Amino acid sequence: MSSTSLTGGAASAPASKTTKPNKTEKWTEATAVASGSEVSNELPVLGHPTGLTDRYIGKTGAQILLQMLLEHHVTDAFGYPGGAILPTFDQLYDTKLNFILVRHEQGAGHMADGYARATGKPGIVIVTSGPGATNTVTPLATAYMDSIPMIVFSGQVRTYVIGNDAFQEADVTGITRPVTKRNYLVKNVKDLPRIINEAFIIATTGRPGPVLVDLPVDVTTNKVESAIDDTPWLPGYKTYRLGHSRMVKAAADMINAAQRPVLYVGGGAILSGAWKEVRELAEKGNIPCTTTLLGLGAFDENNPLSLHMLGMHGGAYANYAVQDADCLIAIGARFDDRVTGNLKLFAPKAKIVHVDIDPSSISKSVKVDVPVVGDARLCLKDMIQHIEHRPRKEWLEQIAQWKAKYPFAYRDDSPLAKPQAIIEAINKATGGNAIFTTGVGQHQMWAAQFIRWSIPRSMITSGGLGTMGYGLPSAIGAQVARPKDLVIDIDGDASFIMTAMELATIRQYKLPVKVAILNNNFQGMVRQWQKMFYGSRFSNTEMVNPDFAAMAESFGIRGIRCEKKEDVQKVVDEMIRHPGPCVVDFLCETDENVYPMVPSGKGIHEMELGIVGSAPPNMARDMGTLA
Amino acid sequence: MRHILTALVMNEPGVLSHVANMFSARGFNIDSLVVGRTEDPNLSRMTIVVIADERTLDQVRKQLAKIVTVVKVRDYKDSPYVSRDLMLVKLGVTPRTRSEIIELADLFRGRVVDVGHQAIMVELSGEEDKLDAFVELVRPYGIRELARTGVIAMARGVQGGSGDEQTMENAPEPSRMVKAAAGKRQPTQAELEATPPG
Repeated sequence: MSSTSLTGGAASAPASKTTKPNKTEKWTEATAVASGSEVSNELPVLGHPTGLTDRYIGKTGAQILLQMLLEHHVTDAFGYPGGAILPTFDQLYDTKLNFILVRHEQGAGHMADGYARATGKPGIVIVTSGPGATNTVTPLATAYMDSIPMIVFSGQVRTYVIGNDAFQEADVTGITRPVTKRNYLVKNVKDLPRIINEAFIIATTGRPGPVLVDLPVDVTTNKVESAIDDTPWLPGYKTYRLGHSRMVKAAADMINAAQRPVLYVGGGAILSGAWKEVRELAEKGNIPCTTTLLGLGAFDENNPLSLHMLGMHGGAYANYAVQDADCLIAIGARFDDRVTGNLKLFAPKAKIVHVDIDPSSISKSVKVDVPVVGDARLCLKDMIQHIEHRPRKEWLEQIAQWKAKYPFAYRDDSPLAKPQAIIEAINKATGGNAIFTTGVGQHQMWAAQFIRWSIPRSMITSGGLGTMGYGLPSAIGAQVARPKDLVIDIDGDASFIMTAMELATIRQYKLPVKVAILNNNFQGMVRQWQKMFYGSRFSNTEMVNPDFAAMAESFGIRGIRCEKKEDVQKVVDEMIRHPGPCVVDFLCETDENVYPMVPSGKGIHEMELGIVGSAPPNMARDMGTLA
Repeated sequence: MRHILTALVMNEPGVLSHVANMFSARGFNIDSLVVGRTEDPNLSRMTIVVIADERTLDQVRKQLAKIVTVVKVRDYKDSPYVSRDLMLVKLGVTPRTRSEIIELADLFRGRVVDVGHQAIMVELSGEEDKLDAFVELVRPYGIRELARTGVIAMARGVQGGSGDEQTMENAPEPSRMVKAAAGKRQPTQAELEATPPG
């Protein structure tokens, strides 16, 4: 039992870690998931009982698919037809399912992803074979990186021509294997019900993720002729739920003993619905709390304990707190390189508690002292019972000082509007009470910085993969999922135009999505790197854009162009008041960088702070530097 | 360090590719990988030799276990085990060297499985080191062709069996896992046909 190298191997751990006394040395995550039996087995909830049944007899694969989607409580799906998936689309002709016809299969994938992030329900995509399926690879990878439940049903050529380079044939299971949690090529209609049941279980339980089911034409057209067993068969599939009680207690003890603890909350807290528990843990233990990009909304940023976002473009105060912490409690976060900066310099003083449902996330990049493997919500529920209130007066005062001294800031000194000011105007108009989606780049980081996030599932953004063009389709997905809520895509000009054809989808289904384009006629984040690290040689980053407002109008969507900085708030209010979809092209200052910024290869305390000045002098001395 | 892992996997197309791809995608180093049938037609066993430090081995084990079609993973880092490699080697012979080679094969408890005028084939099994030593000894005679299976391994003692095997360290308590379907299902005839081994 003592063999796992969780606390032993210190290959890339900070030097200070190897010397500090560590009473948890003998524990491994093996013990984290080992015995303990306060909880009974909970089987995944399926929409219907399973077993040997004759209820599929006489039905075609396509009929079974549609029937089972409804049984799995699917109400909406996204996709695009084509030859190999026509049997399924024929069934869609008279189904109750709300089907959204997209303009490009990538859009369908991101819509399903946005739908899933807005609700927690799996997003459903139905596309054809070959190019239809390969166009979903980017959305699959996006969802895989961010652990989003999604199921793609793709058409495939008939089973007997597979491998013959048939028209619109592609080895879709081969292509998507590295970006799906599980994928299937259904070879016989008799297997279809079992596979659909398995797909839903795999996509939505444990660490969620995308699943692809490849459906050859003869599978969707053939009928089931005898009784079949649709019981899922997943002998290798484990999901951890409750953390090991001893590890939970050890974590709580470590937190109680800590002088300077910090909570570091990621997307897992959103996925498991742990926001209430996160707040309780922070408030009961009096522990400051920072979130990752995907964790935004898991902790109310108006709470005085909030440290907002951490990482490459996170708050300086969040990063300083992490670097100075003596105990870092990671909850559903995976120590991404955009969070940790240089691993050798990350959280040098901290003992690390890691709550995660995926054992392979534990000690993957940062050595963990107390691993708690399980569902974040359930683990925290247990942990809170052992947490004691501590005043932590000095620590909270220190953090308050940092917060006051190093706020997110910009100088409003250009003739054009500053992009940050536009986001502040949106924040003012909504109070953060909307669903926001973003593309990827500067606008995404400013949105993360200048919206005051307080509501779970209100931030929908591509974190791990960083997929430009994600904003518009994911906003459509979110709007379909929550038709009454205000959905705003905060986008960049370059990100927006990658998937802008989905404006036609918005028009077709009359979805009141708002799009705020921060238009600097540049790929802003790439420009920032070129400016900072490539001698301002702006190689292929300048964009010559269409008139986005006129473009929107041509789709039959209200388009507004906002050229003057003094009009920004007025236009934002107008956009939100407009009952239908609305695209606003905000012209904004080009020469603007996102600060703070951790240059790559540096520790997260070695941030470039922009206008708020320089780091506290003791930071580099205390935390070390490689420079 | 060289480590042996075994993975019990679902016997269906794509699993080998998934495992092999995971190794390359994450930059893990495979020394050998052997796949073969088990006593259960639904399951195959992979024996994987990896070059890794302890920390990497831990990740390899966990990343393997994460693959949905991988049923159980076991590493033999701290348990006594038997490992075997099987080799066929074809050597050039002259009437003069033939008896020498047969003698060497006997010493290594190998078997001569084919004899011709100019060549002789030897079958030899054992631990990798033993096979390596034999190859070095016979190299001067001229190796015409050589094939090795790669390592398979099994723990000593009573523990084992494809169905109820537990990993040594990372054994989750059944009551703490969601097991979608605990009982093993008999495969239908169609499934057996549809899933060639490996």
